[in-house]
Amino acid sequence: MINRFLMSRFGPSLTGAVVGILAPVLVFLGNPGNMGICVACFSRDIAGALGMHRAAVVQYLRPEIAGFILGSFVSALVYREYRPRAGSAPIIRFFLGVFAMVGALIFLGCPWRAYLRLSGGDLNALWGIAGLAAGVGIGIAFLWNGFNLGRSAPTANASGLVMPAFSILLLVLLLLAPQFGRDASGLPTGPIFFSKEGPGSMHAPAFIALGAGLLIGWMAQRSRFCTVGALRDLFMLKDPHLFYGILALLVAAVGTNVALGQFKLGFTGQPVAHTNALWNFLGMLLSGLAFTLAGGCPGRQLIMSGEGDNDAALFVMGLIVGAAVAHNFSFASSAKGPGPFALTAFAVGMIFCLAVGFLNRGRVSA
Amino acid sequence: MTDKILVDARGLSCPQPVLETKAALESAGQGTVEVLVDTVTSRENVLRLASRMNWKGTWEETGQGGFRLTLEK
Repeated sequence: MINRFLMSRFGPSLTGAVVGILAPVLVFLGNPGNMGICVACFSRDIAGALGMHRAAVVQYLRPEIAGFILGSFVSALVYREYRPRAGSAPIIRFFLGVFAMVGALIFLGCPWRAYLRLSGGDLNALWGIAGLAAGVGIGIAFLWNGFNLGRSAPTANASGLVMPAFSILLLVLLLLAPQFGRDASGLPTGPIFFSKEGPGSMHAPAFIALGAGLLIGWMAQRSRFCTVGALRDLFMLKDPHLFYGILALLVAAVGTNVALGQFKLGFTGQPVAHTNALWNFLGMLLSGLAFTLAGGCPGRQLIMSGEGDNDAALFVMGLIVGAAVAHNFSFASSAKGPGPFALTAFAVGMIFCLAVGFLNRGRVSA
Repeated sequence: MTDKILVDARGLSCPQPVLETKAALESAGQGTVEVLVDTVTSRENVLRLASRMNWKGTWEETGQGGFRLTLEK
């Protein structure tokens, strides 16, 4: 019954509403402001916790991410949609993930968080959402002109177990937080790093965060909730059913934020955000283009990786590596504003994405 | 005699199966179009497109988790 509803055209709306309620609740329970759920920020925190970057304020093994993958995996198994597949331009998808993350960290959030920021009253998110729509628009132009990354093919059944196993490993590391490294003065350090201050130190109780992740992962797997597909299908096919998911998310999140006293309208003083309109726009433009070329928003990529899609899994790994790159190369923004090399990052990312768009064309169908 | 158009959308990621089907339905105008897909997501997406374009769609499993969709108008 609930499954049939989730698979109907109302499924994305129900999923969006649940995300819109749970995300502000997770903020209330300890997650950073307007960051109840953010696939980009949380992947970045995971990269930091694994020591791949040393931005000390954004390091934590976010259990929500593991929950998304595991929730989707279980759902795919239960409903016989577990389909290990691979081979649709994997290395291109990896780097689309890298640059999608670079763009997201210029804006400071994934598309989910763009909408969650807006529903917390952060008007800077409007620039990001406009940029996202522009990026999706460029991606659509490529799609109309025959862009595709080629076919995937069914692959070894066990290959789909890698991401669920990786998720469980992250949860074990969260629990154990091993400290067997030693720094120069002999104090324990690494291999797992947790922030002592800043956004990385703020988190809801781990089992609640994991539970929310599992529920959302399951629902998103059933309903195909996708924040990039929402704009793409609306613009390209005049099919609004995924877009209603975003509207439901916005309405539910505004309501929940107001109810919890977390709604604060304005541009300045917003949590984990900067006020540079141009870079909010351009960051999400790069991201939106990369997501559209890869076929879905980062949340959707996590879900597909749980269904056994090896190519989506590589995109997710690209996100994590991209987060490390963004911080190590000073591409990432902070609350103070864009990083010193935002322009370099944007230019390189756009050159890559446009090249991908132009060089991968031609009909694949008979 | 009517030609049957076959769209092989197996292994294609979103939104390719829908775009390929849309092109085939538009060029066919009427008749029968068969679409091969390999995920339930693509099956649902293609069937939703077909019904919005007023084509009648049925599907059957083809083994190895694939589906053969028959769209008629």
